[in-house]
Amino acid sequence: MAADQTVILDGAGVKRALTRIAHEILERNKGLIDIVLIGIRSGGAFLAEGIAQQISVIEGGAVLVGTVDITLYRDDVSGQLPHQSVGRTDIPFSLEGKKVILVDDVLYTGRTIRAAMDALMDHGRPQCIQLAVLIDRGHRELPIRADFVGRNVPTSLKENVQVTFNEMNQPIEVILEK
Amino acid sequence: MNLLIKGGRVIDPSQNMDENLDVLVENGLVKEIGSGLTAPEGVKTITASGKYVVPGLIDMHVHLRDPGLEYKEDIVSGTKAAVAGGFTSVCCMPNTKPTIDNKALACYIINKAREEGFCNVFPIGSITYEIAGERMSEMGELKESGCVAVSDDGRPVVNSELMMRSLQYAKGIGIMVISHAEELDLVGSGVMNEGFTSTELGLKGIPRVAEDIATAREVMLAEYTDSPVHIAHVSTRGAIRIIREAKARGVKVTCETAPHYFTLTDDAVRGYNTNAKMNPPLREADDVVAIKEGLKDDTIDAIATDHAPHHIDEKDVEFNEALNGIIGLETSLPLSLKLVEDGVLTINQLIEKMSCNPSNILGLKRGSIKPGSIADITLIDPAAEWTVEKDKLAGKSGNSPFLGWKVKGAATSTILAGNIVHTKA
Amino acid sequence: MAEFKQKHIIALRDLTKEEIELLLSTAEIMREVNSRDIKKVPTLRGKTIINLFYEASTRTRTSFEIAGKRLSADTVNITTSSSSTTKGETLADTALNLLAMKPDIIVMRHSVSGSHYFLAEKINCSIINAGDGAHEHPSQGLLDMLTIKDCFGRLDGLKVAIVGDITHSRVARSNIQGLTKLGSSIFVAGPPTMMPPGVEKLGNVTVCANMKEAIQDADVVMMLRIQQERQGKTLMPNTREYSRYYGLNPENIKLAKPNAMVMHPGPINRGVEMSSYVVDGDQSWILKQVENGVAVRMSMLYHVCGGEVTI
Repeated sequence: MAADQTVILDGAGVKRALTRIAHEILERNKGLIDIVLIGIRSGGAFLAEGIAQQISVIEGGAVLVGTVDITLYRDDVSGQLPHQSVGRTDIPFSLEGKKVILVDDVLYTGRTIRAAMDALMDHGRPQCIQLAVLIDRGHRELPIRADFVGRNVPTSLKENVQVTFNEMNQPIEVILEK
Repeated sequence: MNLLIKGGRVIDPSQNMDENLDVLVENGLVKEIGSGLTAPEGVKTITASGKYVVPGLIDMHVHLRDPGLEYKEDIVSGTKAAVAGGFTSVCCMPNTKPTIDNKALACYIINKAREEGFCNVFPIGSITYEIAGERMSEMGELKESGCVAVSDDGRPVVNSELMMRSLQYAKGIGIMVISHAEELDLVGSGVMNEGFTSTELGLKGIPRVAEDIATAREVMLAEYTDSPVHIAHVSTRGAIRIIREAKARGVKVTCETAPHYFTLTDDAVRGYNTNAKMNPPLREADDVVAIKEGLKDDTIDAIATDHAPHHIDEKDVEFNEALNGIIGLETSLPLSLKLVEDGVLTINQLIEKMSCNPSNILGLKRGSIKPGSIADITLIDPAAEWTVEKDKLAGKSGNSPFLGWKVKGAATSTILAGNIVHTKA
Repeated sequence: MAEFKQKHIIALRDLTKEEIELLLSTAEIMREVNSRDIKKVPTLRGKTIINLFYEASTRTRTSFEIAGKRLSADTVNITTSSSSTTKGETLADTALNLLAMKPDIIVMRHSVSGSHYFLAEKINCSIINAGDGAHEHPSQGLLDMLTIKDCFGRLDGLKVAIVGDITHSRVARSNIQGLTKLGSSIFVAGPPTMMPPGVEKLGNVTVCANMKEAIQDADVVMMLRIQQERQGKTLMPNTREYSRYYGLNPENIKLAKPNAMVMHPGPINRGVEMSSYVVDGDQSWILKQVENGVAVRMSMLYHVCGGEVTI
């Protein structure tokens, strides 16, 4: 760990946060009927799996999980950058009439969420979209807010928040870097 | 008119001469060659120490584009380029607009060169009327008007019977026929040499054998009719072999090659470089080796540039659309001197091929500075290093694959009948 | 992470293995866009793409047009008959005039090899080669490779036979470049009049004495189109003889591996290069090639950008 890095949420803390989010989703939506989880590649996708597992444990039923890649929907696709490779969007079920819980690891400016919503709309017409994030670090540039938050972490623009994952794609900890 | 050239290395193959001597010129003629000569009252002296003093160089194959295509070059700019390159005489090809197939054109060229040009211009008339390949031009009239040869250069004479009759007729008139030897059906729409490079670039190739077949035809016609023929711009190993064997049999064939054929291969076309596009095209490494051997064993009699100026709009286009040809007058000397530096030719042989032989083949009565000859003399500094730059060229056009090259060897003074017509800056 | 930094895509010869693999993997993602209800992503919104076609081509041009539109770009088609070249305007002038209208990408097909390099010197937007003379046809090479990857899951260690007029084929050249870089070997066959000198030096290429030798144990059999007008003159007696010695039919296809795939860049001369039974048979991946064409072209348009100029 470098000198200017601090762990703001350790492994156990992450687990508890995801469990609480799972409970909140079920509470708000009165069960898991028509609930689907869509994780934003790649951090959000791993967390979506984790939340889906928790929901199964709590409620006893399976939840459909999909992944969305927002590279083709970014608002900063300009001619000046070398274009990144595009990841796979995997939504192997219809979104028609579903309650989509969009999942991401860190909510910051809100632009990623906007792109993800555009991508979802091109896949179909959900009944509604709710947003679950592990960390909300503030500094929104668009009118976007999360419905379910693991932890609020006020940060300065110079800082960086990162969720790390192991080879099994499970969250290890959340690091704040100055 | 009067001049003393002191301390140079006089190399004149016509006199078997190669020593440090002084040359005295009086009234436009070579008066005396000896050591320790002094200049008479009021006669300018040029110090030529470290330089070669040779009979004025002769380029027997240039395109001056005048009349009709003056936007590419004209007699004034072309002869200016010639003397900058060390040439005192050039022979210009007839594919102008109109063609040099009558006495009016021949006279126009000779007169304009005399009045405004910088060196001797000997016109070459066409073999066929308007270079259409159908009937002979009036070769007798052309000769009387001052043409030193006939050629349909740019095109072969496709009809073999017509070529045979032309050789016979020209022999009767006493004028040399210069052949642009290529088999047109094999050339087709080819734009470069057929080989690996053309495969890789996806460009249509011209097989070497198109030149070899046509060369063989000319040689056999010359043999059968016992008449002389001169093959222009030889580029292939096959053509050299055919000419070598023909000469050994006593056939009256002579030939020339151009500096680009012993300096570059078809690799120069990579990048779709239109300044490396000409006809015959640049060939492969084995052909370059054969050209050098041909020069060394005198199978190839002369070095002639085939100076072919084109306007930038004609070269700065997609490869297939670009016209064939590159300029050569101002780069011939350093590229040819490299043959001496590399041990392919002696300096004596080089001067033969750049002066004496062209004169003998066409009967120009130049190529020698024996006392009594017209004082056409070139002073060469073989060590002068310079870079080929488009803006510094004397001619109008810049279509050369040698732009940007650092070369060695230059004409420091070009002297025409005793007058200095060019001095290197 | 792999990055595509080229400003132009003119020849597969100029791309690295990694760049080709990136183009292919992005094409796989684009394929998903093409199978949705809403076949559009906003990625190239507001970009202008001009398709400048000096040679007739419905299929490639349409494919590029659809590709551009699916990426939300504005596409414009210019074909020689409607452009000002019939009035004698040079390629350079046409390009400069178009450039004044600020396109982001020009996709050009031209009959003269190397014309894209010529154009790249004159204008500063990105250029994609849709075919230049007999030199290269990179989008075809890429879609062929994507199709091979669909069939075998890989692009290395395969035996690929290419049969037909290799001399005039830019498709063959692009495939040779791409497949060699990715680790497969190519076996070419065709009438000797249509086999260019030095082709074995273009890549991992073996020249076979006849068609049987080339397709023996091949994983991929790629047949090229025979152009009656061109070859009819001096390169072969007629299509009847050609199909007897160089045509693919249900009999000789058995020489290839049992799970071999059959490909053709189209349009097909049924009964000449291939018998209809093979065209429509189980081993034919020809329609998949066409489907992959749009995805591959979307990938090319996406990756070409104003980054480092490498030409």
